Amino acid sequence: MGGVTVAEGPIVSLSHVDAGYPGATILADVSFDIAPGEIFILLGGSGCGKSTILKHMIGLNPVLAGTLTVAGLEWTAATREGLCRRIGVMYQSGALFGSMTCLENVMLPLEEFTRLSRAERRERAMGLLRDVELADAANLMPSEISGGMCKRVAIARAMALDPEVVFLDEPSAGLDPITSSSLDDLILRLRAEKGMTFVVVSHELASIFKIADRAAMFDKSRRAMVALGVPAELRDSSDDPFVRRFFNRGESDGK
Amino acid sequence: MGTLDFIGETCACAAGMVFHPRRFRLGDSLLAFQRAAYDGLAVVSGVGFLLGVILAFQCAAALKMFGVEIYVSDMLAIALFRELGPVVTAIILAGRTGSAFAAEIGTMKANEELNALTTMGLPPVRFLVMPRIVAAALAMPPLTIFHELAGLVGGALVLSTMGIPTQVFWQHVTATSTAFMIVFGLAKGVLFGLVVGLIGCCAGMRAPTTSDGVGAAATAAVVWSIVAIAVGDGLIAVLAWIWGV
Repeated sequence: MGGVTVAEGPIVSLSHVDAGYPGATILADVSFDIAPGEIFILLGGSGCGKSTILKHMIGLNPVLAGTLTVAGLEWTAATREGLCRRIGVMYQSGALFGSMTCLENVMLPLEEFTRLSRAERRERAMGLLRDVELADAANLMPSEISGGMCKRVAIARAMALDPEVVFLDEPSAGLDPITSSSLDDLILRLRAEKGMTFVVVSHELASIFKIADRAAMFDKSRRAMVALGVPAELRDSSDDPFVRRFFNRGESDGK
Repeated sequence: MGTLDFIGETCACAAGMVFHPRRFRLGDSLLAFQRAAYDGLAVVSGVGFLLGVILAFQCAAALKMFGVEIYVSDMLAIALFRELGPVVTAIILAGRTGSAFAAEIGTMKANEELNALTTMGLPPVRFLVMPRIVAAALAMPPLTIFHELAGLVGGALVLSTMGIPTQVFWQHVTATSTAFMIVFGLAKGVLFGLVVGLIGCCAGMRAPTTSDGVGAAATAAVVWSIVAIAVGDGLIAVLAWIWGV
């Protein structure tokens, strides 16, 4: 895992954010910055609020309190359209449009937001599918490919507009260890080639140690972020009982 | 998303498209139109034919007592062109297309496709709702015409078995029908199509993301569409009576 060169300012910044839904605070007073080019993991057990934080980051839900910025901008009606073009999102299910082929799914953002000709859009989308090693599946429907392939196509679609930051919601969920590992390799390769920032929701320890530069860990019972740092350092030196239990239990389960 | 939020967002999107017509997704709308209109022609025509047969038999039984069965043709023309044509076609549209809209959009919501659109900067209302509503509204006139013509054919068939020549039947139909009556019925159809499309899409957008959410959304789309058609037709009938049309 290569070191991270911290550029001018954070690409994602949370300052004293309360996360959740109106009337239901799931996480309170969360603060951290994510540097450009970093692979940052949102880590924790099921129901701890990591996907909720992600929904705030990608502008689906407003934060309950505090300040959240992406590329220096807060999510408002005025900044939404511009910010949407600067981020890419891969959902847990892939969320490919079932009525379109894989190629059409990847071409969609290009069709809506660029002035490229159809041939140019097609060429660029094929290039993205080649990046995720799925050029052969271009004309297949999402229902005709596996879950892992759907996620790769979704990553290609998320990268279509050359976003500054790509958000991935549990990319390993529902995948076998080999497919999951190949997806991790893909994320590392894309970061190395394109220099994108990746924010990944995960609780797969093998994946976390392989790809993460840093991780933020959340605890459901305390409704708080309980650790922030390099995963291996958190595992080896954290004094927090939850963090120690999470890593030790996870590793022993994995053996 | 609440119902009023949905209606407001849809109206704002429609207004925006007046100034930016290229934002309208014509291809998606044509596909929805094909599914609503072309694929629905057989069932709409079949129901229209049977409705014409049933109405003709029932009316003829009563009018036969006065020896004026021929006026069945006049009754059929007025009933089909003014009321039954648009209303029954809209109810069929609600069952076929409104429920399909709710199920499609509800499934997309459960699969996070609506969230994907939102985070790609593509408002689901512009991308999914507008093409469907326009398609439903535009599907109504051709469907209504086929329904009405099939009903008249059914009525003519029944009267021919009672010794009334088909030519006489059509003479009465053309004499009774006015252009205003036909256009009035088709305009009602467009309005009902808008309502069916709007309710179907709204039900889909508001569908719970649970296993039975899509089914509940489809049911709600059909039920509320039929209620809205009945209420709307009643209001139009009252207004038409007040205005003397």
